[in-house]
Amino acid sequence: MSTQTSARALGRPPLGLVVPAALAAALLIVPLVTLVLDTPWAGFIGELRTEAVRDALRLTALASAVTVVVCVLLGTPLAWLLARVDFPGRSLLRAAVAVPLVLPPVVAGVALVTALGRNGLVGGLLRDATGVTIPYTTTAVVIAHTFVSMPFYVLSVEGALRASGEQYDVVAATLGADRWTTFRRVTLPLAMPGVMAGAVLAWARSLGEFGATITFAGNFPGTTQTMPSLIYQALQSDPEVARTLSMILLVVSIAILAALRNRWLTTP
Amino acid sequence: MKKPVAPRRLLRSLLDRRTLALALLLPLTACGAGDEDTTITVLAASSLTETFTELADAFEADHPGVHVKLAFDSSATLAQQAVDGAPADVLATADTATMDSAQDALANDPELFATNTMVLVTPAGNPADVSGFADLANGDVTFVACVPTAPCGKVAAALLDDNAITLPPASLEVDVKSVLAKVTSDEADAGLVYATDAVAAGDEVESFEIPHAQEELTSYPIATLSQAQDDALAREFVDLVTSAEGRQVLDDAGFGAP
Repeated sequence: MSTQTSARALGRPPLGLVVPAALAAALLIVPLVTLVLDTPWAGFIGELRTEAVRDALRLTALASAVTVVVCVLLGTPLAWLLARVDFPGRSLLRAAVAVPLVLPPVVAGVALVTALGRNGLVGGLLRDATGVTIPYTTTAVVIAHTFVSMPFYVLSVEGALRASGEQYDVVAATLGADRWTTFRRVTLPLAMPGVMAGAVLAWARSLGEFGATITFAGNFPGTTQTMPSLIYQALQSDPEVARTLSMILLVVSIAILAALRNRWLTTP
Repeated sequence: MKKPVAPRRLLRSLLDRRTLALALLLPLTACGAGDEDTTITVLAASSLTETFTELADAFEADHPGVHVKLAFDSSATLAQQAVDGAPADVLATADTATMDSAQDALANDPELFATNTMVLVTPAGNPADVSGFADLANGDVTFVACVPTAPCGKVAAALLDDNAITLPPASLEVDVKSVLAKVTSDEADAGLVYATDAVAAGDEVESFEIPHAQEELTSYPIATLSQAQDDALAREFVDLVTSAEGRQVLDDAGFGAP
């Protein structure tokens, strides 16, 4: 109702906005439509049944789910720290948290190797002390995914915490709640939309993660080969299979996004 | 909150009219300069990086005014680009099967110009004490190879099979340079790479012969493309690669004769 009346009062949308908006929408939509058109649908189900695809799908689902859990467990406290606690170097830390957002994923992979690789600063110590090495394991995949996904989660939750304001925390404190109870019962529930949005963003980033994974964790069916790695590999030998695999990943991600949207992300 | 000033000033200077005009004109002048020079574009498999760079320099020295642009990538990617009509003149791949997949884009029949064998490399100092290819079977050695869909991976899989090694690699890399990188950075105890990669890596790796490697030779074909701008010049580049001079460069890098 209200949008209709205001539309009448404001007049037609100007072409100067409509044309670029249409261009932007076309750029985002056309490649996806052509991907759907170019997919050899006849082989779709057959491709879905191959062991390589099932392994990669399973691993992608597992890695992205664990990534979201790790982001929530570690990222929420970090977001709270950035939003609520005033400490020296806070803005520096916030900037550092945002860096992986702009880092090319391959660079993220190289950086992870220098830290957690077999001869990395931390990885080398771990190997000397315990004989355990991280690369080539599913753990390495989750670490790579968490590295690239965490900033999306933290920044989203931090924004929500800032938006919900500190006054409710103060009220809770005056009513006798300690800071931990306040966090659990007041701060976190108020920031829930940000937590959900952040979790979905982190999950989506993890689902598509390729560069850091293949650089740091490697590529082996069943342990480290996620869907994007499999797609890249298929592209080297059979572009048609690569298109089918891309379609599978697209369908799966849209289905999950739609399911989540109904539950949590519906805008009022 | 303090507003950051520097980025805004930078942005303003970037949006300055003169800067914008310059940015718009620069590509035009670049195109203008290109009219005097002739450029040929060579698509070559990653394993040819060193040799083709050297040969391109020699070609430019012999042909004043000609610029050779080199693009190195996995053979499959390059073959696909050639079929898709990428503006290029010459294609050189690391196996005949990939070259065959680019059949539609070739101006003439491909010629074989080199062969390569596979060797086992370890990081300098051989930290895992690998004594030979058979050690891969004992499980203590973390080794990597190419993915079987890549030419280098086909050879690696065949050699593991020939030597009855059933343990899988820790990782299947998409190209041979990634395998080498995993070894030189000591992220893997050993890797299966081409003899030429071992030569190029010099002191960074120690190499071991692989039994039956001579039976799993890879052959490198080269051909001119139908979309070549200057077919005669493209032809001359192919002739240089197959000439005695080209042979010498390839020999030095560890390539075998076709």
